[in-house]
Amino acid sequence: METQPVGEVLANSEDRRAGASGKITVTIRIRRFNPELRGQESWWDEFTIDTDPDDRLLDALHQVKWYQDGTLALRRSCAHGVCGSDAMLINGQNRLACKVIVKDVAPKVTVEPIRGLPVLKDLIVDMEPFFAGYEAMLPYLINDEGEPRRERLQSPEERHRFDDTTKCILCAACTTSCPIFWGDDEYVGPAAIVNAHRFIYDSRDRGGRERLQMLGERTGVFRCRTTFNCTEACPRGIEVTKAIQDVKRSILFDRF
Amino acid sequence: MTIRHTFECVIVGAGGAGLRAAIEAVDGGVSVGVVSKLYPTRSHTGAAQGGMCAALGNVEEDSPEWHAFDTVKGGDYLVDQPSAQLMCEGAVESVYELEHWGMPFDRTPEGLIDQRRFGGHTRNHGEAPVKRACYSADRTGHMILQTLYQQCIKRGVRFFNEFYCLDLLLTEGRVAGVVAYELATGELHVFRAKAVLFATGGFGRMFKITSNAHALTGDGPAVAWRRGIPLQDMEFFQFHPTGVYKMGILLSEAVRGEGGILLNGEGERFMERYAPTVKDLAPRDMVSRAIYQEIREGRGVGPHGDAVYLDVRHLPRDVIEQKLPDVTEFARVYLGVEPTTEPVPVQPTAHYAMGGIPTNTEAQVVVGEDEAPVPGLYAAGECACVSVHGANRLGTNSLLDIVVFGRRGGAHMARFARGVDLPTASHRPDGFVSDMVSGLLGRSEGNNAAAIRSELQEGMYDLAFVVRSEESLRKMQGILDGLRERYERVYVQDVGKLFNTELMEVVELGFLLDCAETLVASALARTESRGAHYREDHPLRDDEHWLTHTLAYRGDDGSIRLESKPVKVGPYLPMERTY
Repeated sequence: METQPVGEVLANSEDRRAGASGKITVTIRIRRFNPELRGQESWWDEFTIDTDPDDRLLDALHQVKWYQDGTLALRRSCAHGVCGSDAMLINGQNRLACKVIVKDVAPKVTVEPIRGLPVLKDLIVDMEPFFAGYEAMLPYLINDEGEPRRERLQSPEERHRFDDTTKCILCAACTTSCPIFWGDDEYVGPAAIVNAHRFIYDSRDRGGRERLQMLGERTGVFRCRTTFNCTEACPRGIEVTKAIQDVKRSILFDRF
Repeated sequence: MTIRHTFECVIVGAGGAGLRAAIEAVDGGVSVGVVSKLYPTRSHTGAAQGGMCAALGNVEEDSPEWHAFDTVKGGDYLVDQPSAQLMCEGAVESVYELEHWGMPFDRTPEGLIDQRRFGGHTRNHGEAPVKRACYSADRTGHMILQTLYQQCIKRGVRFFNEFYCLDLLLTEGRVAGVVAYELATGELHVFRAKAVLFATGGFGRMFKITSNAHALTGDGPAVAWRRGIPLQDMEFFQFHPTGVYKMGILLSEAVRGEGGILLNGEGERFMERYAPTVKDLAPRDMVSRAIYQEIREGRGVGPHGDAVYLDVRHLPRDVIEQKLPDVTEFARVYLGVEPTTEPVPVQPTAHYAMGGIPTNTEAQVVVGEDEAPVPGLYAAGECACVSVHGANRLGTNSLLDIVVFGRRGGAHMARFARGVDLPTASHRPDGFVSDMVSGLLGRSEGNNAAAIRSELQEGMYDLAFVVRSEESLRKMQGILDGLRERYERVYVQDVGKLFNTELMEVVELGFLLDCAETLVASALARTESRGAHYREDHPLRDDEHWLTHTLAYRGDDGSIRLESKPVKVGPYLPMERTY
């Protein structure tokens, strides 16, 4: 095995590594909403902080909340892009605040709640309509053929077919970036379709026809106008638009 | 206004253990309410990466007995052996059950569940690493969490999301329910119940460098502890060797399972010196100590020499892209390092609490040396200590623990609930929480909670981490005393009722302080080194005096009283732990 000389590696990555550089100043412009303080009007606040350039935007928001304005409300948990809590509209794009590095958005960044769901306080929106759309898709394996003693067999090719859509973390970044979803509260939205896709193309599942029927209805996949916002917004790199196209094709040709 | 609910069973926490318990309890025919401070799919089970071990023997010969041996040895003989045997035997069935529920495991060419190597898991009692971990790329926990949540949706399980459980109700020594705070409205809710199961996860947020989510603040253990339940083996906290430098984000052991290696500043594969047989796949406590040793002796890397490298450059590109996609992305996003061409700087990160609320193998919470169950009280998963992990958990065994003991707890609590009446509620069941909340919101000035939290995390990282001593732990106790005093006068700026996340963060900080105090007191008392608990002033294991579990009780004045109980031994006699 060949090992790259350590000194060379260090020299190459020195400037990027946390701790190797000094603090930078960032201004965070946040759209606020707090019915207890100001009724139904929203407003903008600006906070300026000194931060490590390699910190996450989430860390910067924490710094604001912890040392400047305790009333700032946001959701977060894992802080590395796997729990799906902190989807926000960051400089006009849906991103997870824990996957945005401060130096990539400095010196000024704008943060707003994701769109299309009712804002409850600051960056917190009502997720209930989103999860209701997800649950409507029968998001669980349907198969009453009886279970073998061991595992069901599934070839790597069969497994691969729905791999992309298993990655969904239900952060709502896709659904709330979709212009159709903003204008139409009946449309189930990209995330629900992604989660239906995950089961429709699973060789072990028997509920595909039922899900396709639901998605073929007025509120389903044919609302999609293929703007690709969802694919660009997905923090997990799921090809959301492609998944929606798969479902459309299966409905049109009755094949899946 | 307090809102009242009644369920036969209440489950607190909606990660893998809580969801698995909920499925079993609902299937057991009782009414179930799940109280969770996060939406279930946000739970930290979803961050588990590498796999779930079960001796399926799909790829190589294997047996549950070998798995049990590895678990006991990996836990440095503090494991209760009957618990480990039960878990490893139940592992096979648990994996099949998840598969039947739709879990998308990676597959072998024959269509079987694929398996890979993991630290400390060996063939025939230590001969060589064995392929035992069932996995879905490097997002196994995500897939388990999703699968269990899907099964809960299918069953119509009732969830109370973004509800913080802040108190446990006991009536004459029997469980009577819990009190929760609803984040969206600031209202208190009293849940009366015949049985309560805590599945609240860990408390890694007491350390500066941790793989744990912000939510992991020891709520369940602290709530129980405040009501007189002891906490067991709190000194045993696992430091995972490969966290993203400075951020602590987990880079799965699967990286080494797939052939990744650790290098020091001289480019040497140093684990060959510490564990000649299994090398980089030694258990986590040994690898973390080895990294510390390398750093201490000046062979670290990075601007401060306080890291080592995790190197996968020699692995085939498709292994990296297909089997380790997430950890590869973490290195790219958070370090700006391209793992296919550059080694990744890593350092130990606080990862997993082996200790917690003591339970038996039915997940019943037990107190005292004679392990008397508290009627109706259960705990499972990381917040519990059934002592399958002993002094050091093996990789993948936590995902196994949550499904095996979540299931057992759910089944037992349903049986229990069917046979008893609902206990009477006390006059003012929400009194304790109501006073706590109004106390916190009633100050017009006081101390900054974030400063207290950050000093806690710094202190625990400097003084109670991979290497400890009487001196460091005493110093930490002094720091904790000061922080506790400041916490008594902590100030909450947001006095609103809607999504007062600041208030809940302050409450969580109180839970962290409780857990940290018990951890440090337990670590100070244990004058030996075992598993993850390494005392440089007592560097050897001392089976004569310390083959015992620690129990920490809260005294009426808030002080900590330590007791002990014997380890449940079995076929495996303590021997020197070499790999």
